[in-house]
Amino acid sequence: MNKRLVYLTPLAIALGLGLILFTAIGKDPTKLETARLDDPIPAFNLASLLDESKSFSEKDLIGEVSLFNVWATWCPSCRVEHDFLKQLADQGVRIVGLNYKDERLAALTWLKKLGNPYQFTIYDPHGKLGFDLGVYGAPETYVVDQNGVVRYRHVGVVNESVWKKTLEPLVIKYKAKR
Amino acid sequence: MKKNTTILFLLVILSLASSYLMANIDLYEFSNEANQERYKKLTKELRCPKCQNQDIADSNAPIATDMRREVHRLLEAGETDQTIVGFMVDRFGEFVSYKPKVKPETYMLWYGPWVLLFMGVVMIIFMASRRASSNKSKAKPDQDNHKQVEQLLSRFADEGSDTEPDSSDSGSSGSGSSDNHSPKL
Repeated sequence: MNKRLVYLTPLAIALGLGLILFTAIGKDPTKLETARLDDPIPAFNLASLLDESKSFSEKDLIGEVSLFNVWATWCPSCRVEHDFLKQLADQGVRIVGLNYKDERLAALTWLKKLGNPYQFTIYDPHGKLGFDLGVYGAPETYVVDQNGVVRYRHVGVVNESVWKKTLEPLVIKYKAKR
Repeated sequence: MKKNTTILFLLVILSLASSYLMANIDLYEFSNEANQERYKKLTKELRCPKCQNQDIADSNAPIATDMRREVHRLLEAGETDQTIVGFMVDRFGEFVSYKPKVKPETYMLWYGPWVLLFMGVVMIIFMASRRASSNKSKAKPDQDNHKQVEQLLSRFADEGSDTEPDSSDSGSSGSGSSDNHSPKL
């Protein structure tokens, strides 16, 4: 009986460890938990990118489900996803932009040249709102529901498969929850 | 030759020095020395979300710069260490703290090593006691085995002498049967 215990203990440990490690397979370690999940968008008061005299606050995100896209001209992946965001906007998806740690002129040129998929763009040159949201790099795309609550965060490029697999079902789900 | 080693030595020194020169230099003024010490401690306890496995004191990532700035701002505003870490965890998640809170999700992190250590100690004690008991109980069977082995060996030696003339000398010694094969080596 003791002998069996001796043989089985390492097996049990190996199986246990294997199980724990197995659950981590395929997880991207650079993708962190979203601390702000199910919290409202933090309070902010920032100028519009397009119109310096206008300003936006967290209240402007209330009322409609939207994608909240954090972007900057210094971010190559943002360039990659830009065309797809335009496609989504053409399909009628509401996308709000957060221009993160960027220069106004460069950002305006970018939108003029590549097109503007955003309903409105918040200008956050010091990354203030970004910091409060827990943005640690661009691009990041959040699903925000009608009440201005963060429901999902996607880190990295938004493309067809990300949209179809994750973002669209969420947008549909929260749109239905009116 | 000597010149080469000197140059190599200088290169090594320079490369070491360069890593110091590359390290980020923020110029923050502190209202008192205690705050400065706390700043040093806190920036080592907070982890950079972008360049993982670096603390924010050590990282050049823009987000780490922002976090250092916030740590400084909150310190000077008179916040406690706990509030400052909480402030970061609220934004970036538990990941950001090198000393995560003890809660069900982090039990394994905090207690796992102790459980493993405990299991290791139990195993060692168990194995040691088994060996001790087996040494006592096996004393007799060992002698039996020894006899059996000698019997087998002598038989082997007898048989061997018929077919292999080389091993004939080894068959003569009954007691020294253990080094049966030594002449061959």
